[in-house]
Amino acid sequence: MNSPDMNTIKSPVSAAPTPRVIVREAAAPRPRWQVWLIRPEVVTLVLLVVASIVATRLSPFFADLGFILESSTYYIEFAIVALVLTIVIISGEIDLSPAAQMALSACLFGTAFKAGAPIPVAMGVSLLSGLVMGAFNGVLVTVLRLPSIIVTIGTLILYRGLAQVLAGDKSISGFPGWFVGIDYRMVGIVPVPVLVFIAASILLGLFLGITIYGRQIYQIGTSEIAAIHAGIRVRRIKMGLFIASGLTSSIAGLMVASRLGSVRYDLATGGELTMVLIVMLGGTYIFGGRGSILGTFLAAWLLVIIATGMTVANIAINAQLTVMGLLLIVSIIATNAIYARSQR
Amino acid sequence: MSAISRLFRAREAGILVMLVLFVAVVSLIQPRFFSTETLRIVLLAVPLILVAAMGQMMVLVARHVDLSIGSILGFSAIAAGMIFRDHPEWPLYIGFAVGVLSGAALGFVNGLVVTLFKLPSIIVTLGTLSLYRGLLFILSGSKQIDPNDIPEPLIRMAQTSPIDIPWIVIIAFGVAFATWLFLTHSQIGRQIYAIGSNPTAAPLRGIRVMPVTILVFTLSGALAGLAGLIYAARFGYVNPGITGVGFEFTVIAAVVIGGVSINGGVGSVLGTVLGVLLLGSVQVALPILGVSGFWQNAIYGGIILIALVIDRTVRQGGLRGLLARGGA
Repeated sequence: MNSPDMNTIKSPVSAAPTPRVIVREAAAPRPRWQVWLIRPEVVTLVLLVVASIVATRLSPFFADLGFILESSTYYIEFAIVALVLTIVIISGEIDLSPAAQMALSACLFGTAFKAGAPIPVAMGVSLLSGLVMGAFNGVLVTVLRLPSIIVTIGTLILYRGLAQVLAGDKSISGFPGWFVGIDYRMVGIVPVPVLVFIAASILLGLFLGITIYGRQIYQIGTSEIAAIHAGIRVRRIKMGLFIASGLTSSIAGLMVASRLGSVRYDLATGGELTMVLIVMLGGTYIFGGRGSILGTFLAAWLLVIIATGMTVANIAINAQLTVMGLLLIVSIIATNAIYARSQR
Repeated sequence: MSAISRLFRAREAGILVMLVLFVAVVSLIQPRFFSTETLRIVLLAVPLILVAAMGQMMVLVARHVDLSIGSILGFSAIAAGMIFRDHPEWPLYIGFAVGVLSGAALGFVNGLVVTLFKLPSIIVTLGTLSLYRGLLFILSGSKQIDPNDIPEPLIRMAQTSPIDIPWIVIIAFGVAFATWLFLTHSQIGRQIYAIGSNPTAAPLRGIRVMPVTILVFTLSGALAGLAGLIYAARFGYVNPGITGVGFEFTVIAAVVIGGVSINGGVGSVLGTVLGVLLLGSVQVALPILGVSGFWQNAIYGGIILIALVIDRTVRQGGLRGLLARGGA
């Protein structure tokens, strides 16, 4: 069946080498400015600028940098976890459980505090639980080799459920004054959580951009088999990423506990959507291998401006869900289209 | 072929054993669990999950996931409830049509976005989970459909029928039977398995992957819409902020326990029904055992993870195969 087909295709090529083939080989590389322009981060930056201009026209509040920074504290905790999630997604995996990890580690913190532990010890318990939860995800994915997308849905329910077992439907509060209100501590006009976010962005951006591990993570996400053959310790790196995700989630959980002054099992409910949304808006490729911390950093501010803009425009929080969902879908479609173009 | 069918049978037998063991153990601890009254409560608890689980099972068999069914359920329940409230003179079936069709429409959108742009369904439906929930808040004006707005005949469907088994139970098992017929005795049903088993090979065998996948998502949406009406019948109210929230996780738990593989191509109606019954029994047993209801989600999560590990073990040929191929 196949051989006659092959012959008919082959014969004209071997008979007369067409000039077309030569033209394709000599195709000029895309100009540098174009290569830069079709990077998804640039699209995020353009959107950020447009959103800022539109928002400033809408309400004079937006011209005030202090106002933006203040209203960003609600999203900044998610944005910090989204930085690590970016790296996880670049490595070709996904973690949908960070929001549940935030809730469980915060509830553990609250329970330990109620049991009489001093705050630093309770914080230690919380951070340790983040390590354990991340490691548990990591074991399921790297040792039992289950797909992370469904495993982390399972652990999402498990962690959130354990938080519910621990805290019931009551909220735990009564933390001492020095612990509460991290979002009101300022360095200049910058609230401390924002400072943490900026510092984490720089550190993780450098980690991903200039260290060997960072480059290896891109390699794993591009082709895991090739990475294994190149001697990259794929499972160890992925394990490390999941643990980092757990640890960061517990830090973010503590920041929420400090901001709210209380913890409940439903803390950060629906946060998985916000985190994935930030990463996708930042132009990280959902199938792995591409993306950057810079994109996620810009996307976090884009989200802050959009969300604050909607609140200023008196759109109810519930109705804002529509916009968030739509944004997520549009941003994956756009990112995919951009990568499809740049691959050509 | 016979080896494969034996494997299928083994899977379902395993779930049946788990179900029997669970009922036996709970009955030993608390003898009053083993009664027709308990059976009645379980049967009343499962229709909601069972109907949506049939849709989710087909989606999983086609190697996709639908996370948006909780929001679709809420949307359809609100849409139908608003018909009941604003037009009490209209016959009941119009409300049913609105519920099921709005669910189908939302499911169709899921399928279209997933297939048209070749995106991972889990992320797309995570987006529509939020999108549809927002739409339902806008549609309802954040107002609840009160118990006295739900028509009396609909409430009665959750209580009785001419043959003394509540209508919603009959509907749920009828849907399961229809799904079994569709999946095992129709060409499209078999094609769903082919797509899930090997998405690359399916188009080469002449299967039109895109329309079939869209159909699967549409069916999942329509069944979630039907579940929305069952919700209204059983609970007697619809609240935009409560109805269907987190429902997708319960359904995925039931389906995965039922032996449906998340890697596509594997799953049966019988297994899913058993999975739903097991989950329903757990739900009913917790208060009887004196375990706080707060444990429910943690148990569901644990069950999902155990089912995933078992699925992996079965595919790798036992525990040894699971741990032996270390490497990397």
